[in-house]
Amino acid sequence: MKFLCVECDQQMAFAERELPGDGTLAATFKCPKCGRVVAMLTNPMETQLVSSLGVEIGGRTVPAEPFEMVRANVVTTAGLSWSADAQERLSRVPSFVRGMVKKIYADYARERGITEITPAIMDTARAELGLEGM
Amino acid sequence: MRTYHQLTDPDRSGLLDQIGAQRRRVAERLAGVKRIVAVMSGKGGVGKSYVTAHLARALARGGRATGVLDADLNGPTIPGLLQISPNAPPHPPAVGLDGVKCISMGQFLAEGAPLAFTGPAAESFVWRGAMEASALREFLGDVEWGKLDVLLLDLPPGMQRYIELCDILGNPPPVLTVTIPTPESRDAVRRAMRAAVDRGSELLGIVENMVGGELHGSAANELAAEFGVPVLARVPWHPSTDVWNALMARVSDAPRTTHDAR
Repeated sequence: MKFLCVECDQQMAFAERELPGDGTLAATFKCPKCGRVVAMLTNPMETQLVSSLGVEIGGRTVPAEPFEMVRANVVTTAGLSWSADAQERLSRVPSFVRGMVKKIYADYARERGITEITPAIMDTARAELGLEGM
Repeated sequence: MRTYHQLTDPDRSGLLDQIGAQRRRVAERLAGVKRIVAVMSGKGGVGKSYVTAHLARALARGGRATGVLDADLNGPTIPGLLQISPNAPPHPPAVGLDGVKCISMGQFLAEGAPLAFTGPAAESFVWRGAMEASALREFLGDVEWGKLDVLLLDLPPGMQRYIELCDILGNPPPVLTVTIPTPESRDAVRRAMRAAVDRGSELLGIVENMVGGELHGSAANELAAEFGVPVLARVPWHPSTDVWNALMARVSDAPRTTHDAR
């Protein structure tokens, strides 16, 4: 993937990479002639795809550690657990949507490497995902 | 407006260079391995891992430094077969029965836990395959095997991992095929052998497993005749050490390939 400043017909140069922490990535590119800057924003799925290749946008600053990708991305715990309070709260969700709600919280946790779902995690997920009322 | 290939300024990300560095890392790490053999089958449940583990042990008992890379990332069984602790660290490689070195995804997972990756759950099919290929690359490039006479690669059912392996190694490895006697296995294994031939792998021969019981057929003979390769072993339900020693001798005597001659 390359970026072209159409006005100058110049290849734009990588300037900076940011990882906001929400699974997305922002990379900025600057035109060496006019100084125009554009940002490439990737969604979590696109960011994960890049990560899965074991490469880093902007280049590597340090050599890869052994099993770097596996250690960073493989879920090494026995699975997702629910605290008693979280289970009790989930039980209050109407049964016909409980499975869907449970999956939403579970996906939220897995995407962030969270191993135990607690009421606090559920609150955070609701706020972040716009799921007030669940 | 210029097109992609007309933009030739150096890319600071150097993504292609990073990919190239990954390939070099694999090549450097495997430089001390005299021979790589992929154990594969197009069918699940034929005993690939069982054959792999026992062949590896026979090779080790015969004085050959042997390693096993468990490429079945979703169903790792090699640690159990070689009696390696589930918590054995992967670096340096764990050592199992008869001194066989081993790397397996089983060493990274909690007992009973499925292989799962952190990341967005939605549309995970887009990136999961790439994750698994990267894990295989790290297994090939990050394990300090040291000097090995033989590295056996235990592949899962299907062809995807074999294709990834060929891409990562840059050269298709010789293949040892495992089947059971049935016509159903024959048909599935035939597809795998055809794919291996199409990719340029040398077929070392066929191991027919689970012979002499309720499974009927002559898959090994038919495949051997069709592909012009030997039946290296017929493994009964309760094989003696002699069966594995005989297989070990035949695998050891198999001709070297261009890959081995790197």
